[in-house]
Amino acid sequence: MNTVIFRTIAPLIIAIMVMFSIYVCLRGHNEPGGGFIGGLIAAAAMAIFGMASGVAAVRTALKFDPLGFAGFGVLIAALSGLLSLYTGSPFLTSIWLYVSFGKNVVPFSTPALFDIGVYFVVFGTLTSIALALEDEGAE
Amino acid sequence: MGTVYRVGPTLDASIALVAIAPFLAALLAPLTHRFVGSYCGWVLAIVPASIFMFLVKLIGPVIDKGFIAASIQWVPSYHLALSFYLDGLSLTFALTISGIGTLIVLYAGPYLAGHGHQGRFYSFLLAFMGAMLGLVLADNMLALFGFWELTAVTSFLLIGFDHTRQAARRAAIQALVVTNIGGLSLLLAVLVIQQLGGNWEISKLGALQGSALYPLVLALVLLAAFTKSAQVPFHFWLPNAMEAPTPVSAFLHSATMVQAGVYLLARLTPALGGTPEWTAILTIFGGVTLLWGGFAALKQTDMKQMLAQTTIASLGLLVLLIGIGSETAIAAMVVYFVAHALYKAGFFMLVGVIDHATGTRDITALGGLMGKLPLTFAAAVLAGLGMIGLPLTLGYLAKEEMYLALEQSDWRSIVLLLTVILGNGLLGAIALALVIKPFLGQFRSTPKPPHEGSFGLVAGPLLLGVLGLAGALATGWFGSTVLVPAASAVLGHATTSHLTLVPDFGGLVPFLSVLTWALGAVLFMQSGVIRAALRRSERSSWNFDAVFDALMFGLIRSAAAITRLFHHGRLELYLLIVFIGFAVAISAPLLLNHGYDGLLATADWVQLFGIRTVRPFEWAVLALAIAGLLILLFSFNRLVAVLALGIQGTATALIFLLFGAPDLAFTQFMVEILSVVVLALVITRLKLDERDRRPYEDLARDGIVALLCGVAVTLLLAVVLTGTLDTKLSDFFTATSVPIAHGRNIVNVILVDYRGLDTLGEISVVMGAGIAILGLLRRRRIVP
Repeated sequence: MNTVIFRTIAPLIIAIMVMFSIYVCLRGHNEPGGGFIGGLIAAAAMAIFGMASGVAAVRTALKFDPLGFAGFGVLIAALSGLLSLYTGSPFLTSIWLYVSFGKNVVPFSTPALFDIGVYFVVFGTLTSIALALEDEGAE
Repeated sequence: MGTVYRVGPTLDASIALVAIAPFLAALLAPLTHRFVGSYCGWVLAIVPASIFMFLVKLIGPVIDKGFIAASIQWVPSYHLALSFYLDGLSLTFALTISGIGTLIVLYAGPYLAGHGHQGRFYSFLLAFMGAMLGLVLADNMLALFGFWELTAVTSFLLIGFDHTRQAARRAAIQALVVTNIGGLSLLLAVLVIQQLGGNWEISKLGALQGSALYPLVLALVLLAAFTKSAQVPFHFWLPNAMEAPTPVSAFLHSATMVQAGVYLLARLTPALGGTPEWTAILTIFGGVTLLWGGFAALKQTDMKQMLAQTTIASLGLLVLLIGIGSETAIAAMVVYFVAHALYKAGFFMLVGVIDHATGTRDITALGGLMGKLPLTFAAAVLAGLGMIGLPLTLGYLAKEEMYLALEQSDWRSIVLLLTVILGNGLLGAIALALVIKPFLGQFRSTPKPPHEGSFGLVAGPLLLGVLGLAGALATGWFGSTVLVPAASAVLGHATTSHLTLVPDFGGLVPFLSVLTWALGAVLFMQSGVIRAALRRSERSSWNFDAVFDALMFGLIRSAAAITRLFHHGRLELYLLIVFIGFAVAISAPLLLNHGYDGLLATADWVQLFGIRTVRPFEWAVLALAIAGLLILLFSFNRLVAVLALGIQGTATALIFLLFGAPDLAFTQFMVEILSVVVLALVITRLKLDERDRRPYEDLARDGIVALLCGVAVTLLLAVVLTGTLDTKLSDFFTATSVPIAHGRNIVNVILVDYRGLDTLGEISVVMGAGIAILGLLRRRRIVP
């Protein structure tokens, strides 16, 4: 796996994959895509990154522990639901939805925030598993 | 009973505060301790003292109106209201709890001075008091159950307070287990009673004696009361609970915890009492417990243990009196409860003082302390008078009432009367021993040079002793303000007091009293002989403690056995069970409900699966899937098998794509890629054989299960196809996705909007699974 060609091309592929994953995540509300699939693409990118440049390089590039991303994602998703409390609606989404869209013209809606949370959870969890496995395999 | 007496919302709040304030104080206790050290008892005692004063002010209204009710909504959807109901019975208990509680809080200050965790101790103690106050004031049965369990939990913390000692931990767990058996039983009883009566309030409870479920309710309530109030055969946890610091023992034995069972029985007497079963069970268990505790006390030489055993005896006596249930018996119960609380709390505190002063609690190692500890001796005499039941004490009044209640000529009353006389004689003997042995006679040297306890230590017992006299001397006042309201509440109808300090020599009662005292004196004189005889007859091979231990270890062992059975650590068997379960879950309901009948009637499979309409490129995708399947089946190389599985998944994703589900296809592609990558990594990591060799019987077994799953899924889909598809939901989503959710991708809108909460749960699970996998991987690294 660790060939010169792969190592050279990998960063390019990875950059494209990460960009694409963000794109897929954001378009998800209207076109095929969404946080889940976006997170999967980004995690695959990280797995490839790890194979090409080693786990240490990925961890350095990520700055935070991948599981931290996952925790951040759950937090964002939960907080996006809590925002509805300020309008007096319950946490349950169907009612929170009315409020959030009835008054807002902001393009970043709470479901979008929620979807970004999903993105981070899937990305963080799978990346941490993949990196852990690659780490072990290298020993 | 009178009408509901409401004094506006302020009363609601203040009655609730009676139960809540101790908990608030418990929160502040560690902080208080940090600021004022061992003097924090004086600060914290303000709370129970104010509760006591507040309750004293309510005596008038309660006597006038019968009861005071107050209610605060708590969890309305579960009918959980913090409704309080203050009648004579609850008031008597609450006054005893808060009054004695005040003295205990004061006493614990000097007693535990210098202890590193005194603040924590106060937290537990005050929370315990709050739970007990809530218990006796609660009207809602669920709230009653909640407070009941709270007393168990807080007493667990208190008994195990000295948690570095194994004995303390064991005693705490034992108390928790035994009383929680009763707690669960109480919960069941509460639920059944609610179903019978239709409401959660004790005050609205009708008579249940005629109900068909009466025996069940009775059994559940009695189990709850007997475990809490340490009736034989559930008595063994109480002496072990002596591991708690002395202030706790004093509180637990006099006014709280064990009295909760007595309270419950008294409280439910109108609803459950008066039947032959009630009388028979309560008097038998009470009588046996009385004698058991009395003799067990005589066997001990540790003063704390002696007192603990006499508590068991006294609890038996109280239960017996409730069982008799006549007006006089209930009056005796009320008076005895108060008298017992006063002298028992006093005695326990005194034993603590002696323990502190001399360094021992063994009654045979003490003597002649009267000169060294004069105040302690005075308090012990006062407490002893009450315990023996000499004239001019509440104990005397209680005993007279008991004998009056049993002064009948039928054989049952005579048996009970003899039991009670013997029991009282035993208690009298113990009281004599506790007063005479340590204080009179020759002075004996002790581990520490004896010194009088500080004011905080001795004030409480002295005050309690004086109260025991004062209550009796103010006979009329005690009768009208304590006895009558409480007894009326238990009986369910008004009653009168006929307490008097003047013995009526026309009847038998005074002579029975004299007989009791004489019996007590004789037993005391011969206590050495009796103790030796009792100890000889004690069989060391088994006792209740050993049975409890055996049961607990059996529980742990059987739990371990069950765990080993289901959690054997063989992945292939787990997977086998999962897949068999899967096949059964989707085919069994259809089979049982004749779901396949329509399918078999159709029988045109070619038509059903639309094989004629499959287009050529779709055939190609199917061929790809089948190719993947064949490679999977015939490759014994693991890596090839994983790749073949990927081919299969890709073919599935293509099918999704062709039939207009791009989202699904998209996700399926990514999942396939990642699973192949992860599986390949796992294979390298686990250093498995390149080839997967399995015995043929294993292959056959796994193959059959796989086929079963496949057939089940195919049939399920076929059934779905033969039926009409209910498009209600998809229509709804299609129609509303854009107008109310502002999204055209219905799948995504469902995920993040309509079913947002589900998704939130799912991503939490994803993360949890990730953490678990990481944990497994790291564990492998640590333990190679």
